[in-house]
This record gives sequence, C-alpha cells and structure tokens, in this order.
Amino acid sequence: MLDLNILFPSLLNGITTGAVYALIALGLTLIYGVLHIINFAHGAALMVALYGVYMLKEKLGIDPYLALPIMVPAMFVLGYALQRGVINRASHGKDENILLVTLGISIVLENLALLFFKSDTRTIETAYTLTTVEIGPAFIALPKLVSFAGALVVSAVMLFIVQKTDLGRAIRAVSKEKQGARLMGIDVDHVYAMCFGLGLASLGAAACFLMPAYYVNPQVGNGFVLVAFTIVVLGGMGSFAGALLGGLLIGVVESLGGLLLGESLGQVGIFVIFIVVLLLRPQGFFGAKA
Amino acid sequence: MKDFRNIALFVLLVGMVPFLTDSGVMLNFVMTALYACLLSQAWNVLGGFGGQFSFGHALFFGTGAYVQAIAQMQWGLSPWVALPLAMAFAAGVGAFVGAASFRYGLKGSYFALVTLAFAEVFRIVATSVSFTGAGVGLMLPLQESAANMQFANRAGFIWLMLGLVALALCITAWLKNSRFGAYLQAVVALGVMGGAAMAASTCRIFNARRALPWGLVLAALLPCMAITKVLWLAVVMLLLAGWAGGMLLVPLNALLAHRGAKIMKSGRSIAVQGFNENLSVLIMLGLYSALLAWEWTLLPIMLLFSLPLLVAIKPWQARTWKT
Repeated sequence: MLDLNILFPSLLNGITTGAVYALIALGLTLIYGVLHIINFAHGAALMVALYGVYMLKEKLGIDPYLALPIMVPAMFVLGYALQRGVINRASHGKDENILLVTLGISIVLENLALLFFKSDTRTIETAYTLTTVEIGPAFIALPKLVSFAGALVVSAVMLFIVQKTDLGRAIRAVSKEKQGARLMGIDVDHVYAMCFGLGLASLGAAACFLMPAYYVNPQVGNGFVLVAFTIVVLGGMGSFAGALLGGLLIGVVESLGGLLLGESLGQVGIFVIFIVVLLLRPQGFFGAKA
Repeated sequence: MKDFRNIALFVLLVGMVPFLTDSGVMLNFVMTALYACLLSQAWNVLGGFGGQFSFGHALFFGTGAYVQAIAQMQWGLSPWVALPLAMAFAAGVGAFVGAASFRYGLKGSYFALVTLAFAEVFRIVATSVSFTGAGVGLMLPLQESAANMQFANRAGFIWLMLGLVALALCITAWLKNSRFGAYLQAVVALGVMGGAAMAASTCRIFNARRALPWGLVLAALLPCMAITKVLWLAVVMLLLAGWAGGMLLVPLNALLAHRGAKIMKSGRSIAVQGFNENLSVLIMLGLYSALLAWEWTLLPIMLLFSLPLLVAIKPWQARTWKT
C-alpha cells in the first residue's frame, strides 16, 4: 500500500505544511524561547494578521504577497503596543500572570473578530491559488512552495537581527541576565516590547504567505497555538534553526500520521511527541541544557 | 471550622432559592453560577494553592462527561451510579497526568503546556474512536425522572449542583486548612534550625546541662500555645518553641551519643536511644488521643504534659556529669 507514489507526495506535503508551522513558530521562539513570555495570544494574533491580509485583498485589492510591507510593520506596532501597554502593565513581572493576561488577550481578540466578521470562514482568490508545481510524482500548490521559501527567508532575517544587530545583542543580554542588562543601561521594557513586536511582525509575514492557500475565521489561531509551542520546545528554546527543523518535522509527522492512522488522528503524533519531549528532554533537540 | 460554617450557610441560602422564585431566568442564573463555582474550585486547588496553572482541565471535564454518558448508554447504568464512576475516572486521569508531569519535575509554563498537550491528545482520540461516538459525540435520550437525573424542574438540578459544589468547597477548605497546618509546622522547623545552629556554636559538650533550662521554656510554651488565639503570636511562639527544641536537643543528643559511645558501642547506644525516644513518643501520643477521646480540652492536656517535664528537669540540673 505504501509505495513511493503515495509516500513521496505525503512527505513533500508534510514539509510544506511544516514550513508554514515553522513560520508561525519563528515569532514564538523569539517571544517564548528567548524572553520566556508564554504567549497564548500567538494564535489570536495570527488570526488578526490573516484578517488584515483578507481585508487588504478584499477592500483595496492588494495581493497578499504585496501586502508584506504593510502587514509586517502593522503587526510590529500591534505587538509593541500590546507588550508595552497591556501585558507588561498587567503582569507585574510574574510569569503566571503573563500566561493569564495573554490568554485573556486571545479571548478578547477572538470575540472582537466574531463581532466584526461573524463566524464565517473566509478565503481569498488569487490567480495562483490553484496553480500547482510538479515535483517528481507529486504536485505541490505554488503558494505552499512560496511559503516554504518565505519560512527560510524569515528565519534568516530573524537570525540576523538577533545575532548581528545592537537590538539582538540587547535581546540576548536581557534573556541571559535581566538585572545585569538593566544596570548596563539597556531599557529592558523597550527590549521586551521590541521582541514582542518582532515576534508579531513575523506573524504578519506568515499571514501573507499563508492566506492564498488557507482560510480565516475567528478560531483559526487555536489550531496553531499548541503546534507552535510544540515546535519551539522541540527545536530548543530560542533556536531559530531548531524552530525551522522542528516545524518541518512536525509537518511531516502530521502528514504521515494522517496517511497511516487516518486523517482525524493525524495530529495525535504531534502532541505525543510534544509530551514525550517535555517529559524527557525539555531543553529540546538544539537547546542547551536548561 | 469557620470555613465549614460558612459553607453550610451558603448551601442553606442557595438551597432555598427554588422555593422563593419560579423565574426561569433567575434559576438558570443560579444554576450557571453554581456550575462556574464548581469549575473554578476544580482549578483553584492546583492553580490557587499549588501555583501550577493547568490548561488541560477540559480533559478531566471531558473524561467525566464521556464516562457518564457511556456508562448510561452502553453499560446501562443508572446515572446516580455513573456519577461517582465518572468522578473516579476523571480523578484517575488527573492523577495520571499529574504523576507523569510532576515525576519529571515540569513546572510553570512547561506544566501549562504539557497539560494542554494531554488535553489535545485526548480530544483528538475522543473525536476519532467509535465508543465515544467520534465527531458526532453522544446524546443522552430524554427521559424525565429524578431516578434518571433528568429533573422535571430546575430545582432538582440546582440542588444536585449545590451538593457537588458543597462537596468541592469542603474539600478545598480541608486542603486549605491542612496546608495551613503545614505552614505552621514549617515555622517550627525554622525555629529548630535556628536553635540547632545556635546550640552548635555556643554550647560545649562538657556543660550540656546548661541546655536544660530550654526544656523549661518548651514546657511553659505548650500550655500557652493552647490558649493563644492570635495568629502572629502563635507564629512567634512556634518559632520560639522550635528554637528551644533545637537548643535543648542538639547538646543533649551530642551528650548522649558521646556518653553512649563510651559506655556501650555507638551503634548500640543509638539503638537504645531510638528505642526510648520512640517508646516515649508512642506513650505520649496514646495518652494524648485517649484524653482527647474523653473530651478533655487542649489546655489541661498541655498542662498535664508539661508538668512532668518541669519536675524531671529540675533535679537533673543540680547533678553534674562526668564525661
């Protein structure tokens, strides 16, 4: 039954789906992995970004890929404002408060979306939505290939920012030693907010890559939250390469799981892996020992 | 005790609501509020007391609901039998998840995530396997009777819910108080540590008998504890009692070990000392329980216990030991 003609497309499909997961997890790996802000609003923020792309396409006729220069800064501003204005104020520096505050934000965002857009599932149509590319025996949707490339580019950009810029140095300093960084004159609140902004900005990019082949409704983010956390932990907290590989691995596991166990059980593999990794190796595959 | 009195009052007041009003809106509101109360108590135990945030309580809720439905529909059990069964299953799943995650020391955000992941695994499985009705789920047939736990009016649901809420409240109140007890024990332990550290640095083995007055302090503190009603005073006294215990026991233990090693061998002396200690503890506890059973109050019991301590220590103080 499992001849190469089924296995290969399934594998390829898993890798491209995994690239989308990786895109979403890249923002989270900065927020959760580096700063240890456990952001349960990540899925809701993705949903907001997807609606943004949808509105730009429907109202202004802007192509999703051309919406990148609008969505990325817009999401950055939203992230910066959320961290500075809400999360930081409401959490009083306690991790467990951040957990609850971000969960609250996600509930608020979801219900706002319900209010404005109803619960309908919406899609956009572009000229290339149904275009496929032939790779060996498999056909892959063009938007999925683009998002695969997008994931590589975004992770490279993130890596560059964190490794080579002053901001990145400040972020790494804050993640290692918050008090020390403050004493060196780093504005810690600002760095946190920048980090959060960058994380959401990468979600803006993810939304632009995702929308041509995907849909949006107010609950769309929920399915991604835990998957994104899985990838971040799996890849090792704060490792961008880890997040990329983790995303691809998770995509393949889901795809093959669906093939072998049936579509509805396909995602079980992801969470079983997650539980096992959390229990046995919480520092992930690429992370340093905690 | 105050907690339990308040719970009884709460149950009495809310239990009367169905007699006072027929308004469906009002009764629905009470029902939903009780339901929310039950859920939040379920979360309070781990989140509020333990400081560990579970995001997987949906899993326990779902387990209970599925077991209740399956027991009724497929095993043909009465809902009243199925209810404790469902509670037991949910508790079992909770114990499993808790044991698995705490065994590996998961805390904070890791714990929150792992509970979420467990809930997700069970959700996916429940929507895939057949005995849960897969994606369609299970729907109990409507059969209105109290024996079937489908009451004709909302009052029945309110009272059932109220019973469960009362149970949950009693359990949390009990947990709260026992945790409180643990705090107080920790205070004593802190005192003992301080006393022991001080004894080690100030008391020499040759004049260990100087530690004996600390026994008097301990003896005086016990009856005082029994009449103390103010919390901060009790904490201070417990700290002091711990301190006195440390100051008394460390030098005496050292002396016993030292002399014991000279007279017998050290292994045997420890055995003798352990035997005597445990025998005394056993006799004390037996006496204490017996007196409590005869409905003595705490104060006379404590006085009774501290008297022989006073008597025993006094003449010893005069004697001198050669080491």
